[in-house]
Amino acid sequence: MRRIITATVQNSSGVLNRVTGLLSRRGFNIESITVGETEIEGISKITFVVDVEEAQKVEQLTKQLHKQIDVLKVNDITDTNKVARELCLIKVVATPQSRSEINGIVEPFRARILDISKDSLIVEVTGKPDKIEAIIDLLTPYGIKELSRTGITAFTRGKQQKQVSDYQTLIV
Amino acid sequence: MKTELAIKEAQLNSRIEDDFITGADVLIEALVNQDVDTVFGYPGGAVLPIYDALHKSDASFNHILCRHEQGLIHAAEGYARTTGKAGVVIATSGPGATNLITGITDAMMDSLPVVCFTGQVSSAVIGTDAFQEADVIGLTTPITKYNYQVSDIKDLPRIVREAFHIATTGRPGPVVVDIPKNIAQEVVTETFDTDFHLPGYQPTVNPNPLQIKRVMNALKTAKKPVILAGAGVQFAQGSEELKEFAEKHKVPVTTTLLGLGTFPGTHEQSLGMAGMHGSYAANMAIYESDFLINIGARFDDRLTGAIKHFAPEAKVAHIDIDPAEIGKNIETHIPVVGDAKEALKRMLNSPVECDDHSEWYQAVMENKADSSFWYERSDDLISPQWLIEQIYEETNGEAIVTTDVGQHQMWTAQFYKLDQPNRFVTSGGLGTMGFGLPAALGAQLGDRDATVVAIVGDGGFQMTMQEMQTLKHYNLSVKVVIVNNEALGMVRQWQEEFYEERYSESLLDQNPDFVKLAEAFGAEAFQVKSENKVRETLKSAFEHDGPALIDARIVKLDLVFPMVAPGKGNHEMIGVKPCGE
Ligand SMILES: Cc1ncc(C[n+]2csc(CCOP(=O)(O)OP(=O)(O)O)c2C)c(N)n1
Ligand SMILES: [Mg+2]
Repeated sequence: MRRIITATVQNSSGVLNRVTGLLSRRGFNIESITVGETEIEGISKITFVVDVEEAQKVEQLTKQLHKQIDVLKVNDITDTNKVARELCLIKVVATPQSRSEINGIVEPFRARILDISKDSLIVEVTGKPDKIEAIIDLLTPYGIKELSRTGITAFTRGKQQKQVSDYQTLIV
Repeated sequence: MKTELAIKEAQLNSRIEDDFITGADVLIEALVNQDVDTVFGYPGGAVLPIYDALHKSDASFNHILCRHEQGLIHAAEGYARTTGKAGVVIATSGPGATNLITGITDAMMDSLPVVCFTGQVSSAVIGTDAFQEADVIGLTTPITKYNYQVSDIKDLPRIVREAFHIATTGRPGPVVVDIPKNIAQEVVTETFDTDFHLPGYQPTVNPNPLQIKRVMNALKTAKKPVILAGAGVQFAQGSEELKEFAEKHKVPVTTTLLGLGTFPGTHEQSLGMAGMHGSYAANMAIYESDFLINIGARFDDRLTGAIKHFAPEAKVAHIDIDPAEIGKNIETHIPVVGDAKEALKRMLNSPVECDDHSEWYQAVMENKADSSFWYERSDDLISPQWLIEQIYEETNGEAIVTTDVGQHQMWTAQFYKLDQPNRFVTSGGLGTMGFGLPAALGAQLGDRDATVVAIVGDGGFQMTMQEMQTLKHYNLSVKVVIVNNEALGMVRQWQEEFYEERYSESLLDQNPDFVKLAEAFGAEAFQVKSENKVRETLKSAFEHDGPALIDARIVKLDLVFPMVAPGKGNHEMIGVKPCGE
C-alpha cells in the first residue's frame, strides 16, 4: 500500500536526518521524499511516499513521526482529495529524424524540451506519478540515457474545490 | 515566571559588570537554575573550560567523579529512577561521549530522564576529524528523546531549559546537549532571554473522558479483568491511585519487570511480575482474561511471549502517555493517551460498579497460591533465591535494590517483593550488564539515608567494578552482593536448555578474588559459602558505615524458573512449581 504522508517540521538542523533515520530504523521503506520551505519562516514541509503493508503500520509510522520534537503536524493524505505532483528530467536519445516524433509525445503531456544536443534532448515533465510513468514508457523505446525524479510533493485541496475529471488530473 | 527571569537577568547583569563570564559559567548557572543537586562528570580536553568554571564557581551541586563514563550515565540513571529528577552527566568529547552510548540507549529504552552534556571540538574544526572529535549528534539521534548541538552561546540557557523539560516530562527520556569548546570559552557580554519554545512537543497529560468511560464500561461487564502495571505508573506517581483502584474493583494486578513496586508486591491482589520469568499466576491471568488494562507498560516481547498467544481472549485497554506505544505490539481496543495518575484518578471517580467477577478472582488467587515462585533449597550451599529472601528480611523489604543483568536479576525480581515504587532499579529494555553497581551509586546519592543494595552477577560486576572506588571516594554505604555462580549464568542456562549443555564461553572459573579486590578499593569485604553464615555476614555488611561487598558463592548450576521458552506463549511455561509442594 503506497501512502503519501506529509510532515510539517521545524527547520532545525538535522531534522531531515532525524526523520529519515527514524523511518529506516523502524523498518519503513521510503520510496521518495521531498522537502522544502513553506510560507512560514522556519517551517518546512516534508512529503514522503512509503510502501506500507498494514494499516497498523501506517498508524505506527504517523505516530512515530508525530513523536519527534521537531515535527509539528503529520498527515496521511493518501485518501484525501489532493494535488500531488512530481518533476522528472529525462535525457533521451534523439536523432534529427526522431526529434519531431519525440516532440509529438512531449506536447500532449505539456512537458518541455529544455536542451537539445546532437544526439539527445532533455525533457522536463511535471505531474502525477502515473503521468510521469506514462511519458517514461513512451520515451523508453528511443533510449533513455539519464533520468531523475524529484519524488512527490503534495497538498490537500481547498474544501470548496470541485473534483476534476480523470483526464484533467492525468494531464494537467 | 517573568519576574523570576527578570531577577535572574539582573543577577547575571551584575556579574557581567563585576568580571567577565563565559559560556561555561552560563551553563553552570543554568544547571543551578534547574535545581540540580548532583552532577556525574568526568573531565577532558573539550570540557576543560566547563571544569574550570566549576572550580571557580560556588555552585550548589555536588560533582561526582565516577571512574568511567559508563559509570556516570548508569549512576545518573539510578539517580533518576529513584528520585524522579533528571540525572545530569558531563563528559568530554570523542571517547568521553562514546563511552556514554550504552547508558544513553539504556535510558532511552527504560524511559529515564537523563540530561548529558558532552564537550565537542571547537566549531571551526567540526567535521575535520579533529582530535577527539566524534559525531555525537549523529551517534545519539536514534538513542535520545532529543539532542542539541549548541551553535550560538545565546541559545545555551534556552537549550538547557528545554533539555530538562523534554527529559522529565511526557514519557521521560535522555537528552544530549553537545557543547563545542569555543562556545564554553566564549566571553558573554549580555544576557539572553531564556524562555523555551517547543511548539512540536506537547505531551497529552489529561486523558479523553470518553475513553475513560469506555474503559470503565468494559470493566463493568468484564468477567475476567486483570491489570498490568508498568513503569509509567511510577513516572506518573500514580501508585496510590493504582492501589485504590485495584482494591475498589477487586482486580488482580500484575506488573512488568520495571513496574515492580508500583503495586505492593506483598498485597493479596498482587500476582507479581508477568512475562518470561514471571509468575505462572500472572501469565495465566493475562492469558485467560477477557479484559486487560495495561497502565503504563509497553508490551515488551519479554513480557508478551509469542504475540499470537498473548491475552487471546481479552479486550485490551492501554493507558500510555506515549501514543506511539499504543497498538505498536498488541492490538488495542481502548486506547487512552495520557498520564497514568490522571487516568487512574478519573477511573476512580467513575460511578461505574463492576459486575460480579469474584469467581475469576478466586480462580486467579488459587493459581497464585498453588504456583508461587519456588526453589529447591540446597542442604548447605547457598540457594540464590533463598539468599535474596535473606536480603529481603535483613532490609525489611525496604531497601532500594539495584540489579545487574542475568539470573540474579530475575531471582531478585521474583523474591524481593517490593511494596514501594521507585525502589527497584534494573536494566529492563536493554539488559545492560554492568548497570547494577553504578546505578546503586546514583541511587544512594539521590537518597543518602536509604539502604541501597546492588545485587549483581560475578560477570556483570566485572564490567563496571571500578566504580567501587567511587563509592569509597564519596563514602557511600552501598552494599554490593555478588551472586557468584562462577558463570555467565543466564547464558549458561540457555545453553543448558536450548544448546544441549554446550557451555561455550560461559563459565567463569577464572574470576578475581573479589574480597581482595574490594579491599583494594577500600571497601569492607566478605565471602560467604554456606547458608548458616549468610545472615551474620549480611548483618556485618549492613552495619558497616561505608561501602561493603559480599562474595556469595551460590549453587553454581541453579536455574531461573518458571520460564516461557523463546517463541512460546505465556501459557506454556516450563518449570512451574511441582504439584503438591
Ligand atoms: C553488556 C552485555 N553483554 C552481554 C550480555 C548478555 N548476557 C546476558 S546475561 C549474561 C550473563 C551474566 O552473567 P552474570 O553477571 O554472572 O550474572 P548471572 O546470570 O550469572 O546471574 C550475559 C553475558 C548482556 N546482557 N549485556
Ligand atoms: Mg554469574
